[in-house]
Amino acid sequence: MLKLPVYLDNNATTPCDPRVVEAMIPYFTENFGNAASRNHPFGWQAEEAVDYAREQVAKLVGADPKEIIFTSGATEADNLAIKGVFEMYASKGNHIITATTEHKAVLDTCKHIEKLGGEVTYLEVQADGLIDLNDLEAAIKPNTILIAIMYGNNEIGVVQPIRQISAIAKRNGILFFTDAVQAVGKIPVDVIKDGIDIMAFTAHKMYGPKGVGALYVRRKNPRVKVTAQLDGGGHERGMRSGTLNVPGIVGFGKAAELARLEMEHDAKRLGALRDKLETELLKIEEAYVNGNRDYRLPHVANISFKHVEGEGLLMGFNKNIALSSGSACTSASLEPSYVLKALGLGDDLAHSSLRFGLGRFTTEEQIDYTIEQITKTVLKLREMSPLWEMYKEGIDLNSIEWAHH
Amino acid sequence: MAYSDKVIDHYQNPKNVGTLDKSSKNVGTGLVGAPECGDVMRLQIEVDDFTGVIRDAKFKTFGCGSAIASSSLATEWLKGKTVDQALTIDNMTIVEELNLPPVKIHCSVLAEDAIKAAINDYRVKNGMEEIKFEESVVH
Repeated sequence: MLKLPVYLDNNATTPCDPRVVEAMIPYFTENFGNAASRNHPFGWQAEEAVDYAREQVAKLVGADPKEIIFTSGATEADNLAIKGVFEMYASKGNHIITATTEHKAVLDTCKHIEKLGGEVTYLEVQADGLIDLNDLEAAIKPNTILIAIMYGNNEIGVVQPIRQISAIAKRNGILFFTDAVQAVGKIPVDVIKDGIDIMAFTAHKMYGPKGVGALYVRRKNPRVKVTAQLDGGGHERGMRSGTLNVPGIVGFGKAAELARLEMEHDAKRLGALRDKLETELLKIEEAYVNGNRDYRLPHVANISFKHVEGEGLLMGFNKNIALSSGSACTSASLEPSYVLKALGLGDDLAHSSLRFGLGRFTTEEQIDYTIEQITKTVLKLREMSPLWEMYKEGIDLNSIEWAHH
Repeated sequence: MAYSDKVIDHYQNPKNVGTLDKSSKNVGTGLVGAPECGDVMRLQIEVDDFTGVIRDAKFKTFGCGSAIASSSLATEWLKGKTVDQALTIDNMTIVEELNLPPVKIHCSVLAEDAIKAAINDYRVKNGMEEIKFEESVVH
C-alpha cells in the first residue's frame, strides 16, 4: 500500500526509528539523572547509560569508546574539530586545506579561522564532485596542520577517496579531519582502516534524535588533542563542557547499534530503489545526474531536469512528496546550490535540480509514485517553459542577452 | 513557506499558456529574467489595430510557482484592456491579489517588466517610440 506523504529528504534529517525512541523514554522520566552526579544512583544510572551508548557509537565506526566526544550535533563537532586543532597546533602551523563542496559548518568555520589569521586553501572539485588528489598534494605546505575533507556529500552523495586522502595526510604529518555526517550509519566507516584522525557525525541523520552528535578524536598513532571551545565543567575529557544530553546520547547509541546491524541490508535495498528511481527519471529527455555515480552514497541521487525550475517543480507534488531542490528561489540571495556550481554546472542547471535522499522507511511503492509524479510534472512544466520551447527550436540559450536581475 | 490558494490555483490551472506568432505586427513579446536567476518570463500580447485593445495574451514561464502565477494572472488582466490601460498594471497589485510573501515580490516585478517589455516591442514594431521606464526598484 502506498503511504503518503513520501519523505525523500533523508539527507536533511531522518525520522527517529521507533526502537530508538523506546530506548530513550526512560531517560526523560525515571532515569533523569545528571551523568556527572557521582554521589547517588540517579547519576550512576545516567553515567552507565552514557558509557554504554559511547560503546555502541564507537563500535559503529571502529573507534575506542574513549575516543568519542559527545556534542550537540555535527555543526558543533565541525567547529570543535577545526577551531580546536587550529588552537591546539598553533605552534606547528596555521594552514588548513578543505574543499569548496564542504558543508557550511566546515566552510564557515574555515572562514572564521581566516579572520583569526589562519590560512585556508579551498580545493576546487572535479566535474564529478571528487577532489583531485594531485591538487591536494600540491596544496600542502610546511605550515599545513589539517586536511578537512568530507566523507559523503550532503547534496550529491559523492564519496571522497578517504583512504588516499588520509594516506597523503599521514605521509606529510598532517592531521586528517572528515565530516562524515552523511556516511556514518549508511556505508561502512572505520576510523582505523580509513586512517581518520578526527571525525564529526550526528544522530539525526541515522534515525536517531536531533541535538546530539559526536566528534571522534584519535587517541593513538597519533594522539590528537583539540582545544575546547566551551568553558565549563570539563566534561568529555575536557574537550566539551556541558551537561550530557543523556536521553539523546542513549538514542544515538541505539541508532548506532541498529545502523551497525542493518546498514548492509538497508544500503542494498536503498541502492536498488535509488537505481530504479534514477533509471526511470533519466528516461525523461534532458535529465542529468549530478556527481560521480560510482563513488556515491547508495541512497542519494541528485538530478537536473533541464529548463524546469526546481522550486516550481517541487510545487507540483510537494504536498505528497518531500524533496529538496538546488534552486534557492526562496532565499534572499537567489543563489542556487554552491555545491552544484562547484561541479561547474551552470546556474540554470543548478536551479533545475532535485535532491533525493532515500531512507530506511522508504518503500518501493513510494518510489514508483515519485517517478510517476515527477515525470508528469516535468513534462507539464516544460510545456510552460519558454526555455524549453527555445531549446526545442534550436535556439542557443547562451546567445541570448538576458536581463540580469 | 506555504503558498496562497490563489498561487496554487494558477500553478495548477495556469491561464493562457502558449505562444503567439512573434513575427506578427500585432504581437508584442516581452522576454525578461535570466536562466541563471531561476526566473524567465515570456509574455505576449496581441493588439487589435483598430481599437488598441489587447485581444489575446499568452505566457510561458520558467520559474517557481509564484512566478508562474504572476504571469498567469498578468495575462488574465491584460486581455480586454487597451495598451494604455495595460501600462497601469502595477506589481504591487499582483502581490496583493496573489498574497505573495516578501521573498516572492521579485516575481511580480518580473511580471510587470514583462508587460512593459511586450508593450514596447509592440510599439516599436508599429513605428511608435519606446517608452522609457524607470528601473524597477525591487530586484
